[in-house]
Amino acid sequence: MPSGEPRQAGGSERYLTKISARDLNVFYGEKQALYDVNLDILRNTVTALIGPSGCGKSTFIRCVNRMNDVVVGCRVEGKITLDGDDVYGEEIDVVQLRARIGMVFQKPNPFPKSVYENVAYGPRIHGLASSRAELDEIVMSSLERAGLLAEVKDRLGDSGTSLSGGQQQRLCIARAIAVNPEVILMDEPCSALDPIATAKIEELIETLRRNYTIAIVTHSMQQAARISQRTAFFHLGRVVEVGETAQIFTDPHEPRTRDYVTGRFG
Amino acid sequence: MTELRNPEAEATRGRLRRRYRAERRFRAYGAAAIGVALLALAGLLTSVVLGALPAFWQHEVRLPVHFDRALLDPDGRGAAALPDANYAAVLKQALRERFPEYAGRSEQRQLSALLSMQAPFDVRERLLAEPAKLGRSEELRLLLSDEADLFLKSQDGEGAGAGLSEVQQSVLEAWLAEGRIELVFAWRFLRSGDSREPELAGVWGAVVGSFLTLAITLALSFPVGAAAALYLEEFAAKGRLTDWIEININNLAAVPSIVFGLLGLALFLNLFGLPRSAPLVGGMVLALMTLPTVIIAGRAAIRSVPPSIREAALGVGASPLQVALQHVLPLALPGLLTGTILGMARALGETAPLLMIGMVAFIVDVPRSVSDPATVLPVQIFLWADAPERAFMAKTSAAILVLLGFLVSMNLLAILLRNRFERRW
Repeated sequence: MPSGEPRQAGGSERYLTKISARDLNVFYGEKQALYDVNLDILRNTVTALIGPSGCGKSTFIRCVNRMNDVVVGCRVEGKITLDGDDVYGEEIDVVQLRARIGMVFQKPNPFPKSVYENVAYGPRIHGLASSRAELDEIVMSSLERAGLLAEVKDRLGDSGTSLSGGQQQRLCIARAIAVNPEVILMDEPCSALDPIATAKIEELIETLRRNYTIAIVTHSMQQAARISQRTAFFHLGRVVEVGETAQIFTDPHEPRTRDYVTGRFG
Repeated sequence: MTELRNPEAEATRGRLRRRYRAERRFRAYGAAAIGVALLALAGLLTSVVLGALPAFWQHEVRLPVHFDRALLDPDGRGAAALPDANYAAVLKQALRERFPEYAGRSEQRQLSALLSMQAPFDVRERLLAEPAKLGRSEELRLLLSDEADLFLKSQDGEGAGAGLSEVQQSVLEAWLAEGRIELVFAWRFLRSGDSREPELAGVWGAVVGSFLTLAITLALSFPVGAAAALYLEEFAAKGRLTDWIEININNLAAVPSIVFGLLGLALFLNLFGLPRSAPLVGGMVLALMTLPTVIIAGRAAIRSVPPSIREAALGVGASPLQVALQHVLPLALPGLLTGTILGMARALGETAPLLMIGMVAFIVDVPRSVSDPATVLPVQIFLWADAPERAFMAKTSAAILVLLGFLVSMNLLAILLRNRFERRW
């Protein structure tokens, strides 16, 4: 399969496109960060974005939920759709968009508030709970789904920043899923964590896939191979190749992809 | 091995020694600098405290006084005559009875001058409280005049009795010998307003004036400063205009304070017609002066809030306003408060701008509201330092002490607030 046009759906009909980027060009001031990116992210799938540092992976996912809006001098051309709606369209409300697309960042960044407040904040500002009991329910189930409840249920009043690094990152995931998003974007969520915490997050991602669409930026090839169904390889602001993870790692079509996944450059 | 590498090891050791020596030298410089600062502070404090102590103590004389009906109620009107009876005459009579040898008019005047101007009023108050005492005698504690007070305070020192005549000195010595003179704590200094009589002058009017003025300053500069800082950092588009505004705010912080006084005079008094000498206007002028400091400190505090917190809040779908008010502001609050209180501490010690709006007036009454005429502590210090009576010297030091106390408690408050709101991330 030629790589100029990214491969779609891997030939299988069980996939459905959730997010689709077409001819995406992104500039930071004069500098262009993404060149003509065409990429589809499929429903209930983990899509891994790999590539060397500065290749535009993070820029791409930050365009999807428009986090780049707050970056001074950032300009986006092209089109990104979420379920067919233009993310940069006139009728899209950024705040609503970000409620539909949750995000987990590289460095765990819990609010300096209690564990409970961290998770309750999103539902509260979006009015998802009409009573305290309902809010409690959302917080508990979010912590449960993030695999954190057992560890923190006796210390919901403690500050979120008092947790360990891995727990903080799972708290951030709980916070993201508490607003019931459709998509979760993860920007190197394990880069600041030890292997045990990483394993827990990876398990979590696997279970989350059933309900959410996940795009994850990672520098670890093993991680991409372990957790993702599809992988996109970015290089110098372009998508070099995208396809089934197994195919990308075992039978890449592009020489650059092969060099990267085999560790010949990085 | 070691012997072979000896020259090199020697050089390494030499370098190490030099490095340690340099560090020791640097530490010594630092310790010396701190020592100088501490010495200066200790010198300042001791001189102020030693100078101020006399102002907190006053001499009183226990004098038997006869509430003579013939003097107080010559027309036989009973209690109705008491409010405006001649109490000075009662005191004069008491003094004459004790010292019959000084019968001359001038001598008698000298005797009366030993007592404070306030003494007749104290007698009146005593009698009004218990009108039944009319016609009887009682031993009263009466405040001595500032000159007599100074004479007694400098008994063992030199220059004693500079302002007292021989008659007055011998009277005081007689009282001392009888043990009638007592040194009491000068509550009056802490409780009353200013006065022309040093023994009556107090600092409370200035304390209340300073408090009201600062309350106005805080009420204006904190919300305005916080809002300006938040807008400039979180919302304003970065560009030429914001740069220009930033430069101007920084310049304003360096403008001499008297200029703000001129502005207040021209704007608040002449244009808006607000009351002269009032804490309201003083507070507004000082708020203008404090505002740049608050904005600069606030912006620094807001900038130091980690961007990851903003991203986290935006990521769960908070609007920019929610991010600013619910996340950035609470985290910037300690820095913002510290900046505000530092600005307030500067405003507390400010005299120049207040002179321009008439807060330098001699005001006896303790202000009741922000539109009453008032004075503030630094202006009070300035006024007393300028007064000719020697007794005001100690009052000046004591007022400085009160001002320092005010300042220290404000800084303590700042530290408490910071610790209370400080959060780690």
